[in-house]
Amino acid sequence: MSFFKLTNVRKTFGGLVAVNDLSFAIEAGSIVAMIGPNGAGKSTVFNLITGIYSPSSGAIDLEGRTLRGLSTDRVTARGIARTFQNIRLFAFMSALDNVMTGCHAQMRASLLDSLLHTPRQRAEERTVRERARELLKFVGLEGDADNYARNLSYGHQRRLEIARALATDPKLLLLDEPAAGMNPREKEGLIALIRRIRDKGVTVFLIEHDMHLVMNLSERVTVLDHGEKIAEGTPEAVRNDERVIEAYLGRADGAA
Amino acid sequence: MDVFYQQLINGLSLGGIYALIALGYTMVYGIIELINFAHGDVYTLGTFFSLAILTGLGVSGEVHGLALVGVVLVTMLAAMLLCGITGVLIERLAYRRLRNAPRLAPLITAIGMSFILENVMQLWKGPSPISFPAVIPNPSFQAGGVEIAAKQILVIVLAIVMMVALQLFIRNTKMGKAMRATAQDRDAAQLMGININTTIAMTFLIGSALAGAAGFVSGVYYGTTWFFNGFEAGLKAFTAAVLGGIGNVAGAMLGGFLIGLVEAFATQYIPQGAQWTNVVVFSVLVLVLVFRPSGLLGEAVPEKV
Amino acid sequence: MNPAVRRSLRFVPLLLLPLVPLVDHNNSHIDFLANAGAFILLALGLNIVVGFAGLLDLGYAAFFAIGSYSYAMLASQQFGIHVPFWVMLFAASGIAAIFGILLGAPTLRLRGDYLAIVTLGFGEIVPQTFLNLSQYTNGPNGISSLDSPSLFGHRFGFSATPYFYVMLGLIVIGVLLASNLQNSRLGRAWMAIREDELAARHMGINTTAAKLSAFALGASFSGLAGVAYAAKLDLVSPDQFQFNVSVLVLSMLVLGGMGNIPGVIVGSFALSFINSFLLPQSTNLVHSIGLTWIDFTDYRFMLYGVILVAMMLFRPEGLIPSRQRRAELREALTDPGISAQEQTEYEGAAR
Repeated sequence: MSFFKLTNVRKTFGGLVAVNDLSFAIEAGSIVAMIGPNGAGKSTVFNLITGIYSPSSGAIDLEGRTLRGLSTDRVTARGIARTFQNIRLFAFMSALDNVMTGCHAQMRASLLDSLLHTPRQRAEERTVRERARELLKFVGLEGDADNYARNLSYGHQRRLEIARALATDPKLLLLDEPAAGMNPREKEGLIALIRRIRDKGVTVFLIEHDMHLVMNLSERVTVLDHGEKIAEGTPEAVRNDERVIEAYLGRADGAA
Repeated sequence: MDVFYQQLINGLSLGGIYALIALGYTMVYGIIELINFAHGDVYTLGTFFSLAILTGLGVSGEVHGLALVGVVLVTMLAAMLLCGITGVLIERLAYRRLRNAPRLAPLITAIGMSFILENVMQLWKGPSPISFPAVIPNPSFQAGGVEIAAKQILVIVLAIVMMVALQLFIRNTKMGKAMRATAQDRDAAQLMGININTTIAMTFLIGSALAGAAGFVSGVYYGTTWFFNGFEAGLKAFTAAVLGGIGNVAGAMLGGFLIGLVEAFATQYIPQGAQWTNVVVFSVLVLVLVFRPSGLLGEAVPEKV
Repeated sequence: MNPAVRRSLRFVPLLLLPLVPLVDHNNSHIDFLANAGAFILLALGLNIVVGFAGLLDLGYAAFFAIGSYSYAMLASQQFGIHVPFWVMLFAASGIAAIFGILLGAPTLRLRGDYLAIVTLGFGEIVPQTFLNLSQYTNGPNGISSLDSPSLFGHRFGFSATPYFYVMLGLIVIGVLLASNLQNSRLGRAWMAIREDELAARHMGINTTAAKLSAFALGASFSGLAGVAYAAKLDLVSPDQFQFNVSVLVLSMLVLGGMGNIPGVIVGSFALSFINSFLLPQSTNLVHSIGLTWIDFTDYRFMLYGVILVAMMLFRPEGLIPSRQRRAELREALTDPGISAQEQTEYEGAAR
């Protein structure tokens, strides 16, 4: 039983085939990447995994249990978290509140607890607040705890999104172009952060265009083009694969 | 069975009015995704304006022949123009600034505008229903066991003519294309050189003018009007627009006639039906929005995350 | 000023208010305050739905009606059932909460405007139904001669004073509960849903449960207000629960500051004051100088409309906003960021 597996997943929107017969597996504790030209269907795969879309056919399994048919919040409860290509933070909540929201599913306060602020509820709030602060520290944002998310710099926002995703206590973390728009120094910091995340026991699955990041971080790379897998293997193997080079029109752009 | 056909005719006439109002809702929603709450009240304004014009023309009873044509044309067109201007003003004053605001804001403003209009009309003509002169001679025709009034034919024909005219306008004119483009993708339309403000203003102008036409027709048809008319009629017309498929002109027409039929048949076949028509129509609204939000003729919006 | 001192200053009105009937013996003043109290309760409840969870409910008066009619049918001569007032307070808020869930359920997948229209539809259906089922509800005449509440053997009678204290008590409880909710796991979930429902789901938030909770809790406040108001008025009829009541309560929120409890209370009281004092007194004033054809109370609905429009255009965060709401509403106007159209596409994808 593999940790995470897609089997013959297909997704059509009306006449458009967004994902076509996609199969691959991820081993627990690894860092894997999915690359491919724009429009290849990579974000769609994430959307299928987290339950935004239902696959037209095929199987998606985490630790042997199917994810098909689960609503997004149930998928999160199973242990899958994600960040978004366009950053979807809660703009007018503080960084700390954003992360605390991520802890929602693990909290046990009932409606009555919330209404009456029982001692149990207050203790839980304190604990969660502490945990949120630790997560902010983990990604290097402890100074920004009380700022509105929308006021953070772009690079900080990306890290906040990661902290928020980690708050859900995931087994598998999906990162959608986490390095987009970052400068080289921020990217090095991101690489270190992702490694730290993996060292904590979280499996990381990322979509990226930045080849430097992909080469340095991932153990396996899957390449998508027009919704189909055209190559899979170690970063070096994939980089030299002819079909991959063709799909990218000759050059993998690592200096984005 | 005759009763059935009778109600069929009744329903279609009722529906014609709803269809005209629904056109305005659907056009505005299609282009700026706002439910123009005040639209129903613009419809009532149409009746009020018509009344004022008829009074100004000295008309208080039936008119015949050429004078009839003249009176109808002048009154209806003037009412349409005045309502169109009202619509444009409302958009300019209340909605334009809030185009990019969180959704709640323009909707709340629309409710506010509706209340303001209703109150203005209440102050203008008082809180009680008032009568509208029976301008159009209304002979009835017998077809089988069914009685069809001339007024009913007028309503149905007018609604269809307006819709066809609107479709032609949207398909074939430059402004019509601009409206369609803006409705699909506002930013791209702007990049193509389309003046968004003008396009949206035109949409309101036409939609409100159609409501004005409906107002005139309603006055003639019912012989009475009331400042609060627009609220219920507006909601039912909106239901019609949703039923047909919001953003879709033919849908608004279809939805309008269907809702009219629903109302007519409910009145006839449900015990004490006249009291329950509102409930029935609103139930249709809820059912459509829950089970088929794209309506009968609308396309399911392709989702993209 | 020391923040702790500032925070405790908020309680001063709380200490002074109970003294008012002892000092002011004018029953019409107390009567006004008691009525205003009912509407403050309504505003607090609607604030949970609109202000906290961001669900624009335009049919809120329906729950007010359900609360009032529950009392009228279960504590009067109508069916010969006489449930005590204090029990009815609980029962009616429970009944209203259930209806909150029933009427909220169809709206769960709807976008902002559609949700508003559907709730408006329900807001029409409920009083219409009460009107139509005249064998149970006496139709347009309504139900009167409702049971007077009694406390420790003393019946409430015609004085407004005991109702004043009931309303005050209910408001205090309401404020505590609402404030607790705001600063809780559920309150955060509501904020998240308001900001970005799709992202909220990815936090493991069951948005369905959260939204239904908002409807239920908001409705329960309305149920409470309905019982107390019905008992005080000694009459329940369908025309007390029309759309303009829903709009009035919404105007109170918009005026005072949506999502902000002190703002909501101020906005509610201000509008009640304008309605019950300012408009009639101004009319009297104007009559006394000879302009007898003017009646400002006729302009009441226009006033609500103007408040809604003007506030949204110029101060959408309300008179007494929360810092967060001011930021949300103002910055969105100046810096559109993700445009409304894009937002639609995302929302369309949210199942």
